[in-house]
Amino acid sequence: MIRKIQTIVLLILFFFPNNVHSLIEVDITRGNLNPLPIAVSPLFSDEKTTSNGKKELEISDIGSEISKIVENNLRRSGLFNPLDKKAFLQKSDIAHFKPRFEDWGLIKAQALITGKVSLIDDKLKVEFRLWDILAGREMIALAFTTVPNNWRRVGHIITDKVYERLTGEKGYFDTRIIYVSEKGPKTRRIKRLAIMDQDGFNNKYLTLGNELVLTPRFSPTNQMVTYLSYFKNLPRVYLLDIETGLQEVVGDFPGMTFAPRFSPDGKKIIMSFAKDGNSEIYTMDLENRIVEKITNHPSIDTSPSFSPNGKYIAFNSDRSGYQQIYTMKSNGKSVKRISFGKGLYGTPVWSPRGDLIAFTKLHKGKFYIGVMRTDGTGERLLTENYYQEAPSWSPNGRVLIFYRETKSDSEGKGFSAKLWSIDLTGYNERLVETETDASDPSWSSLLSN
Amino acid sequence: MHKSLILSSGFHLFIIFFAMITLPFVAKKPLDIPPIVSIELIQIADETNIPYAPKAKKIIEKVKKEQEKLVSEQAPPKKIKKEKPDSIPLPDKKVEKIKKIEEKKQNPEKEDNKVKQVSEFEKDEMFDLNQIAALIDKSKEEMALTNEKSLDVSQSQDPTMNSQGLTLTEEDALKAQIFGCWSIPLGLPYNENLLVRIKLKLKPDGTVTKTEILDHARMNKPGQGFYKVLAESALRAIQLCQPLRVPSTGYERWKDLQLNFDAREMLEG
Repeated sequence: MIRKIQTIVLLILFFFPNNVHSLIEVDITRGNLNPLPIAVSPLFSDEKTTSNGKKELEISDIGSEISKIVENNLRRSGLFNPLDKKAFLQKSDIAHFKPRFEDWGLIKAQALITGKVSLIDDKLKVEFRLWDILAGREMIALAFTTVPNNWRRVGHIITDKVYERLTGEKGYFDTRIIYVSEKGPKTRRIKRLAIMDQDGFNNKYLTLGNELVLTPRFSPTNQMVTYLSYFKNLPRVYLLDIETGLQEVVGDFPGMTFAPRFSPDGKKIIMSFAKDGNSEIYTMDLENRIVEKITNHPSIDTSPSFSPNGKYIAFNSDRSGYQQIYTMKSNGKSVKRISFGKGLYGTPVWSPRGDLIAFTKLHKGKFYIGVMRTDGTGERLLTENYYQEAPSWSPNGRVLIFYRETKSDSEGKGFSAKLWSIDLTGYNERLVETETDASDPSWSSLLSN
Repeated sequence: MHKSLILSSGFHLFIIFFAMITLPFVAKKPLDIPPIVSIELIQIADETNIPYAPKAKKIIEKVKKEQEKLVSEQAPPKKIKKEKPDSIPLPDKKVEKIKKIEEKKQNPEKEDNKVKQVSEFEKDEMFDLNQIAALIDKSKEEMALTNEKSLDVSQSQDPTMNSQGLTLTEEDALKAQIFGCWSIPLGLPYNENLLVRIKLKLKPDGTVTKTEILDHARMNKPGQGFYKVLAESALRAIQLCQPLRVPSTGYERWKDLQLNFDAREMLEG
């Protein structure tokens, strides 16, 4: 009997798969890279705050302005296509509570941002919601409370949240950029440290312009900046606290000193300077000011940059005869050349994601900004121009900011230096508006983590 | 005595040995005679006896019978054919005949009329050449019909065909449609295993009635934010694309469909 059952079971197992309906599978390995159509509805003012007519007007303006900030941020990212508000079929206040998805679908929106602003006890409260139009559901809903004059930052924070929810990576909008503001003729430039929001607003000058300032760099952990300034023709490295405005001299260094940068934990500064006529890479502990020599080679080693985990350093050196990019362990061991293309490579900067190194390349009289993997493979040149250099990564490792100079004529006219940004695709290149000419930009980490 | 005997024996042995070595070279090689092939002489039959394919044979026999009927219904020819059956046609005449036959091939109506007028012998000859061509055409048509029938069955009724996937054309059409609808979240890391498998239930017109993320558990796991973003983008693509470009037949085959969204190739650039 048992044997019969076994036989039947075996027979069923043998024949059953032949009759099972096998599921057809289709692999989707490609998609489009078109910007996602998104509707940014103006944030409406809450009726509860309408007792004061003046405040109501201000609040409604803020709501509209915040939505403009969000819209501009999304558009500049190159990943979103904010739709024209004139096409909106539903009022913003109704949409915030229950959007008619069909109406938003009609104008081809795939996502919708709604929100409201209210003023409670002189505090600005901003709510926003992100809706998935095609799925017909809410994706995220958040509220912020802040002082009213901080409304621009609220717009940036909302953009970061939307960006993160829709792209999967953190945003880079609630950030600042420090740069060297330049004024005057090329031969007598007045250079000042300046800081602004990543969209070019809220510009402030941090130095007076009496001294030459160079290469400001943000700390990855807090709002500190290190930069190089010449005091009585001697290079001096400074630390500047942006929140308090306090400035501190880190040290005087001999000869040519270049590009101090923070270590990922913000406890050290790495830089190159020439001692005994030979440029080497050094680190300085900010607590005890002990200087440690990292490289020891008769060639010129400059532009060091830590990897995000602090274990490796990228730098450029002419030890092979031409200036190329090298990596080494943070103790100076295991030096390895990673750039092998034609031309000269310089200013390597490790991406905050850790996967890429940005660089400047000079080849046949043209300057390129490019990226390569940390082992030197996959080199991609993102942009080419007459003169451009000093790339700096956005905190999410998607966008690079750099400066570009234009050619001047024989009388020295026509010269300009401007900040530009480009994303990793190489297609989304944009001018970053600044009040004056600008160079040497450095991107901060996210202000709100 | 002994001495001469030994000498004689030695001399004889030498002669024999010499002959064994030298004679084979001196001797001529025997002729290479080919193997004998027997040839059977047989009489040539009036009609070739190469067998037809069973199916073709049946058709030929059928047509033959019809022709016989047709001939029997006809009045006997008034005139005897110009050429005698025994006579061997001259080459020129042969060519003419072939031309005529070719004409008949192209115009079957004429052929019918002609058959009515020619002699029995001519009729046979014409059948052999012309009817075979017609038969081949006919058998082709029949084959096409049977193929068509079998195709109909495979796409709509035959349950044994359900296990077959989409054809390349069908799959490409569907892929091309979804490629256009899927906005890939560019912020995703290319080096992580981000494959989103979505099972669909479809209506015959390609409308999606149900979507199911097969690894749904990953959606809400901490640290799987990238997966969630990718899955949502894939769902949006499906919603945006529907009705999907599915084949017009064989609903049973594709009423359940699995789409595997894999953005690595695009993200890696």
